[in-house]
Amino acid sequence: MKRYSTLGLLKAGLSGHRDWPRAWRDPEPRSRYDIVVIGGGGHGLATAYYLARQHGIGSVAVLERGWIGGGNTGRNTTIVRSNYRQPQLQRLLEYSLKLWEGMTQELNYNVMFSQRGAVFLGHSDSDMTRLAERGDALRAHGIDAELMTRAEVARLIPVLDMSPDARFPVQGGLIQRRGGTARHDAVAWGYARAADALGVDIIQNCEVTGFSIRGGRVEGVETTRGTIGADRVGICVAGHSGQVAGLAGLKLPIESHLLQAFVSEPIKPMIDTVIMSQSIHCYISQSDKGEIVLGGDPDLYPTYSQRGVPMRLEEVASQAIALVPALSRLRMLRSWAGTTDMSFDGSPIIGDTPIEGLYLNGGWCYGGFKATPGSGRLFAHHLAGGEAHEIAAPFALDRFARGATIDETGAGPKAQDR
Amino acid sequence: MLRIACPYCGRRAQAEFVFERALDAILPLDETPVAAVEHLFARDNPKGWSWELWRHTAGCGAWLKLHRHTVTHQIAAVETLGASAQDAGE
Repeated sequence: MKRYSTLGLLKAGLSGHRDWPRAWRDPEPRSRYDIVVIGGGGHGLATAYYLARQHGIGSVAVLERGWIGGGNTGRNTTIVRSNYRQPQLQRLLEYSLKLWEGMTQELNYNVMFSQRGAVFLGHSDSDMTRLAERGDALRAHGIDAELMTRAEVARLIPVLDMSPDARFPVQGGLIQRRGGTARHDAVAWGYARAADALGVDIIQNCEVTGFSIRGGRVEGVETTRGTIGADRVGICVAGHSGQVAGLAGLKLPIESHLLQAFVSEPIKPMIDTVIMSQSIHCYISQSDKGEIVLGGDPDLYPTYSQRGVPMRLEEVASQAIALVPALSRLRMLRSWAGTTDMSFDGSPIIGDTPIEGLYLNGGWCYGGFKATPGSGRLFAHHLAGGEAHEIAAPFALDRFARGATIDETGAGPKAQDR
Repeated sequence: MLRIACPYCGRRAQAEFVFERALDAILPLDETPVAAVEHLFARDNPKGWSWELWRHTAGCGAWLKLHRHTVTHQIAAVETLGASAQDAGE
């Protein structure tokens, strides 16, 4: 792998950037691998990278139906944070956040991870009580969290509506200063390049159409590019987990819903943190290109269409404008949607399936991007050794039957809307 | 946005309706524990035609059965439930 560096960039600039080598190969699939990972999104590519890097397993293929990073990895609002409430999720996402902090150096690829802070706004006494309680829980587990007064929030985000008749009056907030954003495409490309350099075959335009299963044990996968044998197979296709697991005869506690996001035309810097709210569902941040990035609730009904309903955009825009009135002057540039695995307790599913040698990493609802490195590394641990890592163990598929759900919102057995 | 033909109210915008659950997630009250867990949590989650339970929450309040395609969003049938099905026929 040709290492990227400032000097290399300068040298390549002198020759008009014409001689860059390709970042990863485009190999033909071999007839068998030790481990096959289905899904070339961030989670699948990270899994393959850590299999090679941490566990020394070079015979690994990543099979991607379309192009890598073309699903939810490239469709999220790029927010990274670990300030969840349930201790199992805190451990998982803090493990992940620590990997984010070293990712650019480790992969020799600039993922533009920007720890600009992630703020939950509180709009009422009860919001502030909930935020204080969450902050205490986070600090008790060694995760940074600071409760902010109204004046501190006003100083940090001067564009917020702090007038007496604000639609959503701001009483204060809770900030995780280590939270922030990253460039989502670069995460897929960085892991792909680093995994490829360690011998992983990344095979695009290769859709899995079935599994070879004998005596309750997986022996490989059928694909649009032929049969590929494998000792172990990992499913990393969040959005389509039910579809792919269905090819092996499994039914999962997952519904596929849709989450939209949209961006404005690019403007000068006006928001240098990530704005969220304890009461309303609207995220606001500004990309490095200058676009205001907005997201909110999922569409709340099953669909694989990757086309959202306009009423959700209207709702998110109205909330964003109420919080930051200056946004009303902006024109929206584009909107898009991703198909998300909505699990029935709002938490991911990582680990064994009833079929030996077949493992699942899905159910990420609309919060998978922030978990990309941790998810990949913990899933690689499971695929390599056949045993769950202790951080991933609570997220086993059988937790629903055991009554051990990890329910961040307390909504019960249905697709979570928040 | 979907336009859903409520048997009572006519064609209305999706904003008036709420998706409740897929019909394979209806839990009969006399299930054994194992079957109950299956019904509560496991889903076909079809990529294609699906039977679903919706409610016309911001309209007449009726519970409705929809036969809907989860990729094209085409709606092939909207049916009323139980006793209210007779009212719809009147």
